[in-house]
Amino acid sequence: MSTAGGGLGVPKTYKMYVGGAFVRSESGRTYPARSAGGDLLAHAVAGSRKDVRDAVRVARGAQAAWAARTAYNRGQILYRVAEVMDSRRAELIRELARATTGSEATADPAGEVDVAIERWVWYAGWCDKYPQVLGGANPVAGPYFNFTVPEPMGVVGIASPDEAPLLGIVSRLAPALVPGNTAVVLAGERHPLVAVTLAEILATSDVPGGVVNVLTGRRAPLVRALAGHGDVDCVDLSGCDPADHDDADVAAEAERLAAETVTRVVHATVGERHWLEAAAQSPYAISAFCEYKTVWHPKGR
Amino acid sequence: MSDTGEHLPASPAGDVPGAEVPERVLADLPEFGPASYAPAPEGTDLVHIAEDYGLFIGGEMVPARSDRAAPTVNPATGETLATFAVGGAEDVDRAVLAAREAYESHWRDTPGSVRARYLYRVARLLQERSREFAVLETLDGGKPIKESRDVDLPLAAAHFFHHAGWADKLDYAFAGAEAHPVGVVGQVIPWNFPLLMAAWKLAPALAAGNTVVLKPAETTPLTALLLTEVLRDADLPPGVVNIVTGDGTTGAATVAHPGVDKVAFTGSTTVGKEIQRTLAGTGRRLTLELGGKAANIIFEDAALDQVTEGIVGGIYFNQGQVCCAGSRLLVQESVADAVISKLRRRMDTLLVGDPLDKNTDIGAINSAVQLRKITELVESGVRQGAELYQPSCALPERGWFFPPTLFCDVSPSHRIAREEIFGPVLSVLTFRTADEAVEKANNTPYGLSAGIWTEKGSRILWMAERMQAGVVWANTFNRFDPASPFGGYRESGFGREGGRQGLLPYLHLQGAQL
Repeated sequence: MSTAGGGLGVPKTYKMYVGGAFVRSESGRTYPARSAGGDLLAHAVAGSRKDVRDAVRVARGAQAAWAARTAYNRGQILYRVAEVMDSRRAELIRELARATTGSEATADPAGEVDVAIERWVWYAGWCDKYPQVLGGANPVAGPYFNFTVPEPMGVVGIASPDEAPLLGIVSRLAPALVPGNTAVVLAGERHPLVAVTLAEILATSDVPGGVVNVLTGRRAPLVRALAGHGDVDCVDLSGCDPADHDDADVAAEAERLAAETVTRVVHATVGERHWLEAAAQSPYAISAFCEYKTVWHPKGR
Repeated sequence: MSDTGEHLPASPAGDVPGAEVPERVLADLPEFGPASYAPAPEGTDLVHIAEDYGLFIGGEMVPARSDRAAPTVNPATGETLATFAVGGAEDVDRAVLAAREAYESHWRDTPGSVRARYLYRVARLLQERSREFAVLETLDGGKPIKESRDVDLPLAAAHFFHHAGWADKLDYAFAGAEAHPVGVVGQVIPWNFPLLMAAWKLAPALAAGNTVVLKPAETTPLTALLLTEVLRDADLPPGVVNIVTGDGTTGAATVAHPGVDKVAFTGSTTVGKEIQRTLAGTGRRLTLELGGKAANIIFEDAALDQVTEGIVGGIYFNQGQVCCAGSRLLVQESVADAVISKLRRRMDTLLVGDPLDKNTDIGAINSAVQLRKITELVESGVRQGAELYQPSCALPERGWFFPPTLFCDVSPSHRIAREEIFGPVLSVLTFRTADEAVEKANNTPYGLSAGIWTEKGSRILWMAERMQAGVVWANTFNRFDPASPFGGYRESGFGREGGRQGLLPYLHLQGAQL
């Protein structure tokens, strides 16, 4: 054992991830992230509404270029996330265990990390397939060529669940990225740190800056800010547990705010909330983050 | 849906600027007197309209417990056609209970092949009685008989026929997932395509195994009420479809009812937002098909005679009371004068008048309220400095009519370029480059449809990819088909109607497996 530095470790400062950079909140605020036993793990950033607006602006700026990449390229990038995640597997398990042991969240940190890696691989492979499965040519009654293609919605806001601090994010983020959306992810409020480590993985996986932005902080004000933002096309409220009274109130208010600009609201279904199971992933989760565009053209000589 | 020209013969040579007709040919023509028009009205004797109507609940026509009723008026004459019940909260409650009872007692367990049989029957019965339905649609809503006869009715029947075939094939529609119905569906539909919208709503809902409470529009209840005869003749079990006529309060009660598992609404963006707010936090499903302000984009290389027909069909079809109407014309600067001059000449030939006349191109505006809204917006266009053109056509003395209207010199900030008018009013803007066309086309909170006219294939696909719109018509406009998903981006709503994608909102997908 080395005694360099007197044996004292170098604890990480957990910042948020916006536009490809790790940033503190403009508000200067933090909140303590603690283990189930009450030990201080780190001071997580308490993101503000202004941070949400900044992240949305960055995500909007990155969206067209992300969607314009070839499906093959997006697939390789998502696969690269799995590669880099696998290389940091031991660290992720340790971090998850430290944060969640003894809490209601993840009983099986190794299982959660392994399924999260597999989920990136699974969705990576969908990038150049989902349009064939979800779209197609339509046999209309007339001399027209008519086809329907799924397209990205644009900027997606994702409220992540507390009960699977890593896998919950991956299970919602990956299907949102597949068709070319960019995302503003709110980490689960109780166990935010592993989301920042996931951001480090994304930052070193060829995911262009701004495509995924990760904020930490209090769920209620951040979800409100996301849902009420006019330039957010879709909010995923999977992080608001329908069984939790406070969460349900936050979700209801977010849905009311979303109505101001007809923002799409999606939730993981009951089946999809079994995060460790195969039912949590499907091409229909990708579909929930797609618009369908139908194009007509006459046939003729 | 009115003909956009690709199958029509090209315009006569005389329409082409500079192509002079030799005088010798003119001299050979016989002399004609001033044209006189001989009316060609469709007969109405095949339609029987009752004096008053109740509600269709549990398979029977029953009186409304609300004790409220309202008249429905022929917008072409102002005459009352019948009185219909205005369902109240108690009536909606009864209808939802009937739908729930039918769903739980048998419909959700009825095999898809059996549901298919009912829907096929409905399609066939509609085809058999289509002229009767078309005449009633025109009487109640004011649309030209040639449209209700050639568009609304064939498409309504086609929607039932198409979705009938899905009912027993849902297991093949969504790979890896089991498809289950959602439950009781509440559907609120608009007045611009009364029967067709009922078909768009009912057919996929029933094919997927749901039961329905349908609320028709306040000004056009009659074809939905006639449809109850078809449903009964098809032996559809009681309670599977319930029709509660009424006004906005009836619709509000329908979407807010806690026994409704899924709401589908077609109508204005304002009401759609209200419904989205109402359903917030309830966990109940919602799809919205809302307003639009579509750009119809004309490039300089387009076939201009076909373009002219496409523009006319795009904006004057159904008096422009179409959510996907091509109400913003974006013309490339180099051909703007030519397009506008062809368009004006074509507008001069449009026949405005009796909707029952088989030659009428533009019928009556659906209601006095709608006519006021159109008039107000057209006045704002004039006030804000756009240049108005209307052909000098005589409008009928009775009823609610508005002439086909064209605005040039429109700026993107004018109200007529931004707000949905829902009338026969076209605003012309110009562009120089494809990039500018994309930017102007997408410069709206709406995103329902778009039109692209160019002979260059690569440009069509490049443009189509960039349109923030759910339906893109290239070298055509206003085409609809039950196999073709329809619905909007952005504030034009969410969810699709038609095709496999249109089934999704009516299904709960379960157990997708690796």
